[in-house]
Amino acid sequence: MAIYLRSAEELEKMHRAGLIVYDVLTALRSAVKPGMTTMDLEKLAEEKIAGRPGHAAFKGYRGYPCMLCTSVNSEIVHGIPSPKRKLCEGDIVSIDFGMEVDGYYADSAVTVPLGQIRPEVQKLLDVTRESLDRAIEKMRDGNRLGDVGHAVQSWVEQNGFSVVREFVGHGIGTRMHDEPNLPNYGEEGRGARLQEGMVIAIEPMVNAGRPEVRMRGEWVAETADGSPSAHFEHTVAVTANGPWILTRPKEQTGPSW
Amino acid sequence: MAKGFEDKKKGDKGDSGNPKEDAIEVMATVIEPLPNAMFRVELENKHQVLAHVSGKMRKNFIRILAGDKVAVEL
Repeated sequence: MAIYLRSAEELEKMHRAGLIVYDVLTALRSAVKPGMTTMDLEKLAEEKIAGRPGHAAFKGYRGYPCMLCTSVNSEIVHGIPSPKRKLCEGDIVSIDFGMEVDGYYADSAVTVPLGQIRPEVQKLLDVTRESLDRAIEKMRDGNRLGDVGHAVQSWVEQNGFSVVREFVGHGIGTRMHDEPNLPNYGEEGRGARLQEGMVIAIEPMVNAGRPEVRMRGEWVAETADGSPSAHFEHTVAVTANGPWILTRPKEQTGPSW
Repeated sequence: MAKGFEDKKKGDKGDSGNPKEDAIEVMATVIEPLPNAMFRVELENKHQVLAHVSGKMRKNFIRILAGDKVAVEL
């Protein structure tokens, strides 16, 4: 199983898909309000990509029914939008979205708080986002996959939270899920060596409580102990100039989300 | 979208998990049988590679001799 190295042109194509993903996620992030249902978010995403090139990557992927994954509170990932799932003040919702344009994929996610949330839940969001920042920083030529996973795990565990083992980040390019797997844990200096042109969707999934996962049906993963879980993701390329976040505008700097 | 991670578990219907589904099949000619049920084969593109016989063929005791045409999965 090979890890593909992408040319500059290929990275630009992925970035085109990534910018649409970014537009949709930022629009949803500011639109989401208590009282909306997760299906309202799906509808908004649908409106948002109408007339854009390419298509939403998740819908139909192994039979997944929607464009978005909307995972609320103790749901970790792959929550399916539903008209019955109403978002309330104090909830958190992870919105995960991907696009395919001209055969190239981009994938990103952000967890959004609804109104006032408990301070410990805010800390969960902060630490998860920071762990993504730290992982992205490791996406440099010569580093190893284990360095990236370790960056997530060490920051999360230092802060008293835990990382999910059953789901991982992934290589991405002309397929949504490609080689290599990127667990959100790892040992420094271990695993495949990162090289210019590698692209990986890094996605820390962090539980406030214990790391165990319980499946509800075929798709929805939730925390076994019912504790809240946060999820942030970017599609990141290794370049000669360091990490390049393909799922946001080039001019944007600072924290990943 | 997070990728399911089946570390040790089998039966992944996944798009990259199963080597047999991903393999490229090429026709080849056996050049010489080697010990250990290994064979040196020449592919259609004249490359010589070391191949081993699949489990199913081993079970049925099919003899493979020099000059046989075989399908090789890469």
